[in-house]
Amino acid sequence: MATLALPRPVAQRNYLWLHGLLLVGSIVMLTPFAFMLLVSFWPKNAFMAHRYPLDQFTIQNYFEVFRQTPFGRYYLNSIIVSVSIVLLQLLTSSLAAFAFARLRFRGREVLFLLYLATLMIPFQVTMIPNYILVARFLQWRDTYQALILPTSFSAFSTFLLRQYFKGIPLEMDEAARMDGAGSFRIWWQIILPLSGAVLATLAIFNFQAAWNDFLWPLVITNKESMRTIPIGLASFQGQFSTEWHLLMAGSVIALVPVLIIYILGQNWFVRGITLSGMGGR
Amino acid sequence: MAIQPQEQPLRSEPSIDRRRPLATPTVSRHRFAWRPDQHWEAYLFLLPSLAGFLLFVLIPVLGSLLLSFGELKLSGAFQLVGIGNYRELWRDPVFWRAVQNTAYFMVAIVPLQLIFGLLLALALNQPLRGKLAYRVIYFMPVVTTIVAGAIVFQYLLNRDFGPISQIFWSLGLKPPNFLSDPSWQKPSVVLLTLWKNTGFTMVIYLAALQGVPQELYDAAEVDGASAWQRFRNVTVPLISPTTFFLFVLQMIGAFQLFTEAYVMTRGSGGAPAQATLTVVYYIYQNAFAFNRMGKASAIAWFLFLFIFIFTFIQTRMQRRWVYYEVN
Repeated sequence: MATLALPRPVAQRNYLWLHGLLLVGSIVMLTPFAFMLLVSFWPKNAFMAHRYPLDQFTIQNYFEVFRQTPFGRYYLNSIIVSVSIVLLQLLTSSLAAFAFARLRFRGREVLFLLYLATLMIPFQVTMIPNYILVARFLQWRDTYQALILPTSFSAFSTFLLRQYFKGIPLEMDEAARMDGAGSFRIWWQIILPLSGAVLATLAIFNFQAAWNDFLWPLVITNKESMRTIPIGLASFQGQFSTEWHLLMAGSVIALVPVLIIYILGQNWFVRGITLSGMGGR
Repeated sequence: MAIQPQEQPLRSEPSIDRRRPLATPTVSRHRFAWRPDQHWEAYLFLLPSLAGFLLFVLIPVLGSLLLSFGELKLSGAFQLVGIGNYRELWRDPVFWRAVQNTAYFMVAIVPLQLIFGLLLALALNQPLRGKLAYRVIYFMPVVTTIVAGAIVFQYLLNRDFGPISQIFWSLGLKPPNFLSDPSWQKPSVVLLTLWKNTGFTMVIYLAALQGVPQELYDAAEVDGASAWQRFRNVTVPLISPTTFFLFVLQMIGAFQLFTEAYVMTRGSGGAPAQATLTVVYYIYQNAFAFNRMGKASAIAWFLFLFIFIFTFIQTRMQRRWVYYEVN
């Protein structure tokens, strides 16, 4: 039995057909990226004449995109908005999760059920009242707080962190309390440092969601200077719908930094998606 | 070949080790576990989160419900219309068109995505050389901004010079007009969505497959089970919680389809095409183009009702066919 459980010697020959299938699949997955790059380096509409001018090559398109559209500004906006959302979400969720997991207070179970119930509510239900609140009552259209605050409170992160905090032995709190630490110190110096992995995972998952968010930034921004990358790219597409060389250069500009971060930290990405996607199981 | 969940010695051992001897008294419990001042302390911890929830989730939910029974005029005046919005929706052919389109996307996207994701995960669960590279490639579209993906697909599917049309021409065939022919617009959006999301289901399935204990496969092999029997009787039941979870998640996701349709069809004809008008697209149109916030809210509650019923039914059905490990 013991020998059977060991991994069998790997004979790659047996997997040749599998490699073949996976390679074909990889080509299919990579084709859009390849054409994005290829067209972005072609001179204006060179591909129109039913041929592929592989000998022509220019980087003018990239300069042209930056001349036409403030992509640098879109980047700055996306970074400010996504980082703020992630930090605020981690802060508010970990504080609330600490209360739900480690403290006793009246109404704890009812409040927690309420949090769980909001998980089921789709964003589209709250979007319209939020728009009225943020754009009309608060007059926050085209501001960072309008882009950041409505998505900075996550029931899902609270739920996930509460589950994790519950797994940390209660004796740790009790020992700290004996030494005179208050709840705030226990949260900051014991619970958070012990939860580094789950916090990092949540951070990556939420960053990705915030970075690619489309609907809310679309309705709450009008000014060009307040657009995030997806919205900027979509409006760029609206303006230059037939200028493929510029559209592709714009897409490459929007994607390259994200893809670099992904490839460098891809294990974290995958872990984040897995943990969040499995509902913390 | 029935698999008994209890026959997993490796799984259950750690929990026995951690079990505390019953005789050891828990000294601290009654002295430190609970103090009355934890009440207001706990509320302080909850305050930032609760304030945000009240302002941006709970009050808006109630506001949305109220809004769905009325209409907000441009002047800012609110007028109650009772169930007028819902009655209008019931008779609105465009709304039912949107529901129909969304149903098409759910039926077309979800099964394919689960099947492709599972097949890829099964392949990458083998001791292949370079499987990390495969995983990086298949997952790349997931981190891609959907707008960029939609732009490239518009190019790839362009009738005049798109590479896919070129293949049709070179074979002597007339390529269909993928982006403006109503019968091809939906498949085009499906194609984009599959490209974008299959890596997600793959990664989740891969994690599930790696959780299946090797002993079960070994035992099945000793009993003479073929590769297909091992897949059918070991893998499928053990990953069924994941299948169930992904199914619900993807159905809800497909019901909320918006960005793909918005970017793909807006560029090809200005106004949204009838064939790709989804429920969320119709919410967006009513609220922000037609200034019908009340009607848009009513549609949003229809969406919520769907998600609620769906989650409820699935949680019920789950007990019948999903296999859960007994720890």
